[in-house]
Amino acid sequence: MRDIVISVHDLTKCFGSFTAVDNISFDVAKGEIFGFLGANGAGKTTAMRMLCGLSYPTSGRGTVAGYDIMREGEEIKRHIGYMSQKFSLYNDLTVWENMNLFAGIYGLSKEETKKRSEELLSQLNFLSERNTLVGSLPLGWKQKLAFVVATIHNPDVVFLDEPTGGVDPITRRQFWELIYKASERGTTIFVTTHYMDEAEYCSRVSIMVDGKICALDTPTRLKEKYSAKSMDEVFRTLARKAERGE
Amino acid sequence: MNIIETYNLSKSYNGVSALNDISFGVEQGELFGLIGPDGAGKTTLFRLLATLLNPDSGSAVVNGYDIAKDYQKIRSCIGYMPGRFSLYPDLSVEENLNFFAALFGVDIKESYSLIAPIYKQIEPFKSRRAGKLSGGMKQKLALSCALIHKPAVLLLDEPTTGVDAVSRSEFWDMLSQLKESGITTLVSTPYMDEALRCDRIALCNEGRILGIDTPARITAEFNSKLYSISANNMYALLNAARKIEGVIECYPFGEKHHLVADNNFNPEIFISKLSYIEGVTIEPAEPTIEDMFIKLMKQ
Repeated sequence: MRDIVISVHDLTKCFGSFTAVDNISFDVAKGEIFGFLGANGAGKTTAMRMLCGLSYPTSGRGTVAGYDIMREGEEIKRHIGYMSQKFSLYNDLTVWENMNLFAGIYGLSKEETKKRSEELLSQLNFLSERNTLVGSLPLGWKQKLAFVVATIHNPDVVFLDEPTGGVDPITRRQFWELIYKASERGTTIFVTTHYMDEAEYCSRVSIMVDGKICALDTPTRLKEKYSAKSMDEVFRTLARKAERGE
Repeated sequence: MNIIETYNLSKSYNGVSALNDISFGVEQGELFGLIGPDGAGKTTLFRLLATLLNPDSGSAVVNGYDIAKDYQKIRSCIGYMPGRFSLYPDLSVEENLNFFAALFGVDIKESYSLIAPIYKQIEPFKSRRAGKLSGGMKQKLALSCALIHKPAVLLLDEPTTGVDAVSRSEFWDMLSQLKESGITTLVSTPYMDEALRCDRIALCNEGRILGIDTPARITAEFNSKLYSISANNMYALLNAARKIEGVIECYPFGEKHHLVADNNFNPEIFISKLSYIEGVTIEPAEPTIEDMFIKLMKQ
């Protein structure tokens, strides 16, 4: 049995009389690439905020990286990485300064920072660019850099929000290779996305409709089950059943 | 004669080239797609055709009018939907529509039949403020407003970005319907799979057009052997496959990897050489627009 890194049971979040997340339960294993899908308004963001320690559930229980999502939000934040779809490094700092800043925020020592930064930059073949302003880098490089910065503190889980939206097909594949590599080393990857072709890259995928998880399996098995050619078809079949709006 | 024709269009911003010598034509009544990632120059091209920018060099004609000389005439015969939501968030759905009708001096009743299939879906919410609409509904309102004056040419800049798969698919159904009424549509998207919904496409990257044709003819030009491969450990497979004789390249492609091969490649030898990896499979694959895009980018 592989280690479980994310585990939630009957997780529920209500805003007044509105149940945004309705009794969801699932486990994610160490090193898994887990796709978390849902239409606009299905409750994805609310669920993810709870997993990241940014909001507390109304009921239910769960752990992320071994910490209780009901009580240990601050510990969770220290043990996860997050990369938003909006580029979130500082354009007017250099590559090195950005790494230094984020390493500092996560409390890495000077030695650790130096070691990790060099490790990550050489992995990207990027050592020669350490003093380049991030704002002047091509888009694809920024995206790859943002990913490695999100892993600078060796988090157990990295949350990625539409990581490859708008990126050219070659860079996109280099990006997935980085993700595969991180997953090989045991980092768990949690991807939320609108792009059903991003879902095809995940080891397992869950689909949320109206606050509930209505499907969870490998892309191959989901396609078989719904006799669909692509995840896009699977998603449309399930999401069309949604009753609530956005 | 083409309803849109560009001649060697170039545009740069502060010395950084955004569009580089673009020449292409769109036929009357076509649903034409500009497919490419961020930074391909799609938005710049739209802004030039919508007469919001002047080119550094080159020229273009839209519906018989020159973009530099006849810009006022062009503005009344195009419908332009920018990438960013640009209606008034604090006006209601109905007020936005009335406002655009008034700007173009048209009576909503006259063009209602054209927008009805789209507008009817949001009409139940006509008194809601536009800023309070969901992404899919905003997009339907923006399209209704862009169509209110029955334009000859519709320019849609990434209308489906950030919209979920269900709304995206519905949006393309609407574009196919509009085609029936004779409107020419130029639409951009970074989603390669949406290319298949267009009559013809231009693959764009870094200010250049890599290829123009129907989606079927573009993929037919792939001209190399393509396989899809898988194994229990996909990352190990990727690195190992690249070292096998005859493999031109191998890249992740969703659940499988795609492998491009030359004539020296033999699938049986491939399997036997990789017998140390568990569960290796290989089968021939049909090239997609994305495979072709990768190939053209590398040329």
